[in-house]
This record gives sequence, structure tokens and C-alpha cells, in this order.
Amino acid sequence: MNKAVGVLALQGAYQKHIDILGALNIAAQTVRTSHELASCCALIIPGGESTTISLLIQKNSLYDPIKIFAENHPVMGVCAGMIMMATEVDDDRVTPLGLMPFKALRNHYGAQVHSFTTDITMDFDSKGQTFPAIFIRAPGVDKVSSEVQVLARNVNKNRNEAVILKKGQHMALSFHPELTGDTRIHNYWLNNFKQVTPHASIK
Amino acid sequence: MNNLTDKKQNKFSINVGLAEMLKGGAIMDVTNVEQAKIAEDAGACAVMALERIPADIRRDGGVARMSDPEMIQAIKDTVSIPVMAKCRIGHFAEAQILQALEVDFIDESEVLTPADETNHIFKSDFKVPFVCGATNLGEALRRIGEGAAMMRTKGEAGSGNIVEAVRHMRNLQDEMKRLTTLGKEQLMAVAKEHGAPFDLVCYVAEHGKLPVPNFSAGGIATPADAALVRQLGAEAIFVGSGIFKSDDPAARAAAIVKATTHFDDPAVLLEVSSGLQPGMKGLEMSEIPEEERLAVRGW
Repeated sequence: MNKAVGVLALQGAYQKHIDILGALNIAAQTVRTSHELASCCALIIPGGESTTISLLIQKNSLYDPIKIFAENHPVMGVCAGMIMMATEVDDDRVTPLGLMPFKALRNHYGAQVHSFTTDITMDFDSKGQTFPAIFIRAPGVDKVSSEVQVLARNVNKNRNEAVILKKGQHMALSFHPELTGDTRIHNYWLNNFKQVTPHASIK
Repeated sequence: MNNLTDKKQNKFSINVGLAEMLKGGAIMDVTNVEQAKIAEDAGACAVMALERIPADIRRDGGVARMSDPEMIQAIKDTVSIPVMAKCRIGHFAEAQILQALEVDFIDESEVLTPADETNHIFKSDFKVPFVCGATNLGEALRRIGEGAAMMRTKGEAGSGNIVEAVRHMRNLQDEMKRLTTLGKEQLMAVAKEHGAPFDLVCYVAEHGKLPVPNFSAGGIATPADAALVRQLGAEAIFVGSGIFKSDDPAARAAAIVKATTHFDDPAVLLEVSSGLQPGMKGLEMSEIPEEERLAVRGW
């Protein structure tokens, strides 16, 4: 059976991830119930509002199903999704899934007027290449465990902040690759596991 | 592209990006800290802080202005989700104040009394993103031309009646669909007919959608209303009077959030529609005199 990459579609920028998967010729489907999750080979938790997404994961009875799913399937969390990946969050309105050992700092840079873009370099990319990273009310990270690899940092304005984390098949990003239409990061994540089946007819 | 244009384009992408993050969610009008808390706990993805909800503005009359910044600040301090606030159409000084307050989105809104009956704010000059209302494609493209990062169809705010929201969403969708069927040589005439920027007309003709997210507002009072406008193409919803003019704001807010997420799943819609207390009474459109209709404000 061909399994699709699921995109959690409770709230947020889920359609943009489906578009990127489409551009990579990967079957994708929205996930709003545990039944839909069961037919997926991997899951993306998109950006949106982390307190909202956390609440809606609880209200839609998806908390335990996602945790169990993540034990043997890859999960990628972006922005609000990154916060959900953490073991700890600096705001008790969010109950993280605890899939990667680090602490997430919500809304690290402040209100929307402080959102920004910057070019970053990624460890897995070709030499000399940069990625246009869009940070929107983005989270920061702290207490990153030594089990977690840092694949990219924001070194803009004398900062030195981890912005892409990876542990096993899971990844967490504080910025939004789906908004650029650039497929490199999704492609790297997908190439880390083999179960994914290319699919000609993308929905 | 020169550096300045580059920077503006950059800012615009970041602001449209925030609008993308609000998709699939419900944005709720709140007038105090308690209501903001109820909205956040119900799963709202943002709140609109304002002193009087549209139904009360309609009832009280008088000039409706930007809310007291202190009241907006108190709401910002209470919730972690984005906080939006309204300024009057054309009132760029109110917008400057809201930007200095660091609200996450400004709604240049027909719900407040317009300050300028010819011009809207030149929104590209601001760092903070703007949302504006529209009843048709030309109006939407003029607002985007001025720099709006998000559109909402207007509906009739404070009416509790979905009929205008449906009319405006269908108008917009029909006009966009029509553009995709036309030849390139017809697009300048369309731009003239709609009073819309030519480059944005070309964008819609090519993509069949607006270059920014499009949400629905004005008259949503039930979970079924939310599901209806989502199925008609709204990417998220604004709920104003519908929640805090009902008998059970917390339960209704949660039900509307769930209906917005599961908009195409009738089993969930049935579940969340059941057992709610009475909704807001609402107004038949014939009860609202032409000169009191808010949707006609905007040029």
C-alpha cells in the first residue's frame, strides 16, 4: 500500500507544505484525525499558532496517537511545530509532544514587527549555498541535548542560534521553508528515510 | 530590483507569511481581558481587540474610533496568540499608533467610522501587516495594491446574518474564476472595469486566486456558518458579535473553532452544532437601512 506524507491540518500553513511535497512528487494528505494519521508514513507539523495547535491536538484526541506514531515514523516540526517537538516549553499553555530533547522558547523575537528574513547555511547543503530563511514570530531554543544535531544556525547580527535540529528521523525548524517554495529542506528530510513512495497523482 | 524595493518586497513576504500562519483558524473579536482569555482557551488563532463589538457599535451609534491603546496592551499582556486591532479607513495616524504599540496586525476596518472618504492608508509604508475588507475583486486588488497582506470579505458586521458574507465570497470567487478564462488581450479592459492594478489582475488571471490569503468576516454566528464560508473558499474566519452576543460564549467559541478545522466533515459539524444555547438574535437585512450598512464603506 502506498502511504502518503501527512500534514497536520488543525490550523496553520498546512497547504504550503502540501504544495512543496507536490513539487517533489510525493503523495501528501491532510491529517485531522487519528484515523487519517494511521494511513501516513511520516508527519509534518506546520507553522501556525503554537498555543492553538497544542490545544487543538488535545481537543481532537491526537496527542497520544502522534506520540506513538513518532516512535517509528519521521516527524518534522516547523515554527509552532518545532515548539510541539520539544520536551520543554517556556509557556505552560503549550503541552509539547516531547519528541526531541530541547527547550523551546515561544515567540523568541517578539511581535510581528520584529519578524525577519536572513540567509543561512545548512550542513547538509552544497558548499557555498545559502537558504532564504523566513522567521515569523519565531521560537528560539535552549538546553539542546547532545543527542540532537544542529544542522544550521542563525549567525545574523552576532547571533548564534540553532535553527535546524535533527535527531534520528525527526527534524525541527524555527523558520518557514514552505513559504519560499524551495524544496531542499523537505527533500533532505524525506531522503533520510525510505518508506516514502513517490506518487504520480498528487492531490 | 533596487535595494529599497527588495526590502519592501521582503517585508511584504514576511507579513503575508503571518497571514499564512493564521489559515484554518478562527479570529475572534474581544473587548476585554476576560473575553480574550475565553477566545484563546477555545482555540482562537488570534484576537481582534476593540472597545465595542460591531453589534454594539450599530446599536449605540456615534463615531467609532481606534480603541484605547491601554486596553489593547492589557489584552496583549494576557494572551500569547497574535493580537489585531482596528483603525479607521484612511486614518494613518491611528495606524502609526497601533504600529508603535506593536500589534501583530492592523485591520483598516469599515466597522469604524471612516476618516477619509476618498483614500485608504498607503499600507506599504508600514512594517506591521494590514488586513482590509472587500465586497468584490476590484476592491480587494486595490487594497492589496496599497499593501494589504490579508483580505477578508466583509459580510455585514454585527448582523448575525451570513447572507452578505456569502454574497461577497461568491462575488469574489466568481470574478476570479472568470479572469482565468480570459485571453491576455482582455485583461487591461478588466483592470479598467474593476478599477484594479493591472499587474494584480494578471496575477489573478494566472493563478485563479488572490496573491494574499483571503478570510471571511461579517455575520458568522454558528458552527455551520463557519463551515459554509470555509467550503465557499474562505481560508480562515473572523467572528465578531456572534460569540459574545450569544448565551454561551465559551462553548460556542470552541464549537466554531472545531467547525472551522473540520469544515468538510459533516459528522464533526453535527457533533459541535448540537446542544448549544441560543445564538445571537441577528438582523434581517431589510431591517438595516442602506445608510447604516457597513459593507458599503471602502473605496
